[in-house]
Amino acid sequence: MKNKYDNEMKLEFISKSCNEAFARITVAAFASQLDPTIEELSDIKTSVSEIVTNSIIHAYDTSDGIIKIISKIIDNTIVIEISDTGKGIEDVELARKPLYTSKAELERSGMGFTIVENFMDELKIESIVGLGTKITMKKKISKIDQEFERDTDLCT
Amino acid sequence: MNERYIEKDKLLILEITEEIDHHMAEKLRRDADYEIQRRNPKRVILDFNSVSFMDSAGIGMVIGRYKTAAMLGAKMEMINVKPNIRRIFEMTGVLKIIPITTLNIEEVSNEE
Repeated sequence: MKNKYDNEMKLEFISKSCNEAFARITVAAFASQLDPTIEELSDIKTSVSEIVTNSIIHAYDTSDGIIKIISKIIDNTIVIEISDTGKGIEDVELARKPLYTSKAELERSGMGFTIVENFMDELKIESIVGLGTKITMKKKISKIDQEFERDTDLCT
Repeated sequence: MNERYIEKDKLLILEITEEIDHHMAEKLRRDADYEIQRRNPKRVILDFNSVSFMDSAGIGMVIGRYKTAAMLGAKMEMINVKPNIRRIFEMTGVLKIIPITTLNIEEVSNEE
């Protein structure tokens, strides 16, 4: 059977802030099979951290919920879907705006989505108030040399 | 976070040793504000030498400490910022308010 994706993983965890580091490190470990540069890996870690933090402080706020991450590798692109079943985003366009935050009291800068837009190639935000939010981000990892091709073959 | 205060220069060096995300920001905020208020320095330096990761929580944390310092009449700067973190500060305009400078900490401690 030929899979639609070259590789895929799923991760679920409770919306505790100590899991922010766990989530970004796990996704970075999965992405590392594409042999990304240190900079690309750092972009992925930061982006995962931003989105997971949003789920924790906005979607679930004071309650605990489940955050789900599905990550796929297609050729040399990593796709990361992060979803929650929290309160949802009322105005997605407003949430995307630089410096907009609904949590200024937490010293949130309102730059989370702006950073993700800069660090990833694609950012899609789907949200239904009362049901939850799903974020999909994609990043193409630059191929460096022939050695890399042989390494990834080992994983298929 | 490690703290060093050089009395004769009224210089407070705060060396951040944690990854800066939303989870850690609250603790850093408390620790840094405590030191700034306790020492009442003229100059505050945030040393990023041991910081390997930062997300947007770091922006709020740094700007917040800048405000604490400014209220007490102190200037703030950052040193040893790694390229991945520097990009976040550049992208979000933080460097227009809080500059990245160079400071030889060994030299400063020799003068003590």
